[in-house]
Amino acid sequence: MARRIWLIKDPARERRLFRGRAIVAALLSITLISIILARAFYLQVTLHDHYATLSTNNRVTLQPLAPTRGLIYDRSGTILAENIPVFSLELVEERVEDLERTLTDLRELISISDEELEQFRKTIRRKKRFDSVPLRYRLTDEEVALISVNRHRLLGVEINSRLIRHYPHGNLTSHSIGYVGRINEQEVRKIDPTRYVATSHIGKSGVERSHESLLHGEVGYQQVEVNARGRVLRILDKQPPKPGDDLYLNLDVRLQQIANDAFGKYRGALVAMNPKTGAVLAMVSVPSYDSNLFVNGISHADYNRLTKSKDQPLFNRALQGQYPPGSTTKPFLGLAGLVHNQITVHDRIFCTGHYQLENDDHRYRDWKKKGHGELGVTRAIVESCDVFFYDLAHELGIDQLSIFLKRFGFGQATNFDVGGDRPGLMPSREWKRRVHNQPWYPGETLITGIGQGFLLATPLQLAHSSSVMATKGIDMQPQLVRSIENRATGKREQIKPLIQKVIEGVSDNHWQRIHRAMQQVVHGFAGTARSINKGLEYKVAGKTGTAQVFGIKQDEEYNVEDISERLRDHALFISFAPVESPEIAISVIVENGGSGGSVAAPIARKVLDEYMKNKPFRGDS
Amino acid sequence: MLESSSAYHGSSFSERIHIDLPLLAGLLLLSAIGLVTLYSAGNQNMDLIWRQVTRLSVAFGVMLIVAQIPPEMLRRWVRPLFLIGLAMLITVLVMGTVGKGAQRWLELGFARFQPSELMKLAVPMMVAWYLHEKPLPPWNRHLAVALLIVMLPTLLIAKQPDLGTAILIASSGIAVLLFAGLRWRLVAYAFLLLIPIATLLWHYGMHAYQRQRVLTFLNPESDPLGSGYHIIQSKIAIGSGGLYGKGWLNGTQSHLDFLPERHTDFVFAVFGEEFGFAGIALLMLIYLAVILRGLHIAAQAQDTFSRLLAGGLTMTFLVYLFVNIGMVSGLLPVVGLPLPLISYGGSSMVTLMAAFGILCSIHTHRKLLKSS
Repeated sequence: MARRIWLIKDPARERRLFRGRAIVAALLSITLISIILARAFYLQVTLHDHYATLSTNNRVTLQPLAPTRGLIYDRSGTILAENIPVFSLELVEERVEDLERTLTDLRELISISDEELEQFRKTIRRKKRFDSVPLRYRLTDEEVALISVNRHRLLGVEINSRLIRHYPHGNLTSHSIGYVGRINEQEVRKIDPTRYVATSHIGKSGVERSHESLLHGEVGYQQVEVNARGRVLRILDKQPPKPGDDLYLNLDVRLQQIANDAFGKYRGALVAMNPKTGAVLAMVSVPSYDSNLFVNGISHADYNRLTKSKDQPLFNRALQGQYPPGSTTKPFLGLAGLVHNQITVHDRIFCTGHYQLENDDHRYRDWKKKGHGELGVTRAIVESCDVFFYDLAHELGIDQLSIFLKRFGFGQATNFDVGGDRPGLMPSREWKRRVHNQPWYPGETLITGIGQGFLLATPLQLAHSSSVMATKGIDMQPQLVRSIENRATGKREQIKPLIQKVIEGVSDNHWQRIHRAMQQVVHGFAGTARSINKGLEYKVAGKTGTAQVFGIKQDEEYNVEDISERLRDHALFISFAPVESPEIAISVIVENGGSGGSVAAPIARKVLDEYMKNKPFRGDS
Repeated sequence: MLESSSAYHGSSFSERIHIDLPLLAGLLLLSAIGLVTLYSAGNQNMDLIWRQVTRLSVAFGVMLIVAQIPPEMLRRWVRPLFLIGLAMLITVLVMGTVGKGAQRWLELGFARFQPSELMKLAVPMMVAWYLHEKPLPPWNRHLAVALLIVMLPTLLIAKQPDLGTAILIASSGIAVLLFAGLRWRLVAYAFLLLIPIATLLWHYGMHAYQRQRVLTFLNPESDPLGSGYHIIQSKIAIGSGGLYGKGWLNGTQSHLDFLPERHTDFVFAVFGEEFGFAGIALLMLIYLAVILRGLHIAAQAQDTFSRLLAGGLTMTFLVYLFVNIGMVSGLLPVVGLPLPLISYGGSSMVTLMAAFGILCSIHTHRKLLKSS
């Protein structure tokens, strides 16, 4: 029975067996420990550089620092765009346990609009890891307290102080300074990603947009040590951001205010310039809107209110509104007549109240049915006789007329430093063939002569043309920005006035003649703007105008009162003062204002008075 | 052939309290290294250190107590101990507290008890007891019973699920079998069999998170922010340590929170980052010394039960540290096992020191017989 025999244990054999196994175990132990050491050697010596780099990358990150945006002042140092600290509610997605629940909880605590939520969701899709994304700006003290109290159950929710753009005169400056807003998806593609890496807002319109690169400043960086949760533990190195340059504008906010108020309930625009320098002193488009609404995303309700309004508050009439200049073209045309020897200062015509071309049955009417009688160029301007200018336009012909008016900027870019303005339209034979594929008809020359027909100009253009008239042919670039101040060095760089061109070939006598005629428009007993000459202590040159409003658009609602109001002519007025040495040129357009003399001119007078009265305080011009 | 140990001739203090001095020295050294590392890993939190010191004191106390129990007495307790452990494992499965997504604890009213800790000792003891009167190398039928003793608790623990402990218990039992003289041929067969078993286990026996861990281990970069994050960050910690380390308290990976579980399962990465390859080499030498001392004690043991038990426990310690370091350094998949004596942790340390208590007992309770 072999088995029985085997059951008897053999201690010596077992001990030998065990010894052998123990040696194997010892060898196994040494082997495994060696494997560990080999592995450690591989990681720590062979691959050390690789892991050392990874370790450094892990903990050291470069954080961009947003520069402070430059401030914008008016010419006397009144602040127009500033950065104010506000409390904002921000979320760090990585630290939030349940985003949806947190958002619901927050909405129970404080009011968060659908737009803000939508904006937040858009931003959070583009953000980097551990970026803090703002959900609401401008928290009130009460809201800050509410959130602070509930902090313990709102993980990842932070209240941070941020600088946001604020326009103290938002309603007055929305059409000139414009506003900043959050960078949108199209802008992301255009901007320099390095410069804007820390920036959330960008200039959307006006000076904010045109001078974006100056206002923005240069991004700074700090090298920080962060932990795995992205919290900054230590700043290793810092290169502070360079704040954007401050801008001083030519704009005078008091003038702006006066102009704005002068419009009352009317819609329209006013541009005031210094003819000698091109400095834009006032630029008003009414009705206006508060530019602060746009800074952090406008609510749907506000946006709908602004876009649906028939008054079109978002429409910048001063730069974008193209109106038929009407009779305000007459001084320019009169000058053209003198220069091209079609008329002399002594030539007279007899106005019967209408004008007819040969082989044409159409009667071109004067605004005064019974006519002005016998008159020369001066009285034709003062009383705004249409027949005189029908005749003159006909004598000049469209080619000469078009070329001459273009020299005064009609249909031309003004090269406004802020941009965003439209060029208007100076029709010509060539233009009509190109655009309408039609020949030019002589009748069209006549109505162009009284500033109607195809001719269109913006209020800025009219102010600019008036300036050229005022300076006797010196065309200055319209400039809104006066100087640029580097905040770090305190150095202020004045923007030099720029002479764009000088109109040659016009004798001083001819300029004088037209200036005198325009002066009589205001000061003469028969002048169309004589209503504003009461108590005038300085000499004003001006010209009234009315522009026909064509029919109403089909999609507009029928409303008797409204239509009758909106069918009224636009009232225009251009002027400059003092006549002897003009310092200010103004153009005014009052939509559906009816009469230039009684509606548009008084607005200009108020601005002129304010300018003349406070001239000593406005610094050099 | 009976031998007498020259080292225990006299009646020294250490002999009277039944403690093996070389073993104690190694363990104390490891504990000290552990405390130093923990101070750094826990961001110099002294509370953490005091709690660990308390635990270590308790654990060394348990070692001292266990060392007083003569191996013969242990042998008598083996069966009830094993059966109680088995019963408790079943109870845990039925009604245990769920902690960290797994059922491991038994709420005893005053304390939580993890029956798998008891089994870490009971299984090798039971196998050693079962085989000690059998002829060795073991016959096939004895082998089958021994395997049953090992596999039953292993499967119960794997079901909790606690893969780390299951591996430890299985390896402790198998280590005893190997010391008992399990034929190498059978070991080779077992390895061949492992392939289909592993395949089956993959499909039916594993939880999703366990499968994920294996997948992540095979390619940690596939999920750098999820399950792969642990391994990637700990490899960066170790690798960036270099030859001499970043210095104590200067490990950036650990201090900046990039390293998860840095004072528990991943403490080795903190050690590697701060003390470098030099530190790791020293630590490994100490571990090796402890293991070789354990094997020496096993070889010196006078009866089969003591020999098998001492050998099995020592090998378990080896598996313990190899699995932990293998996981932290990216050699093995992530299995939740602490680094013995270094990691911050509770009940497993007590069990570990009880095992060293058994080793001490085996070594110091030898009958001093004169050779005939």
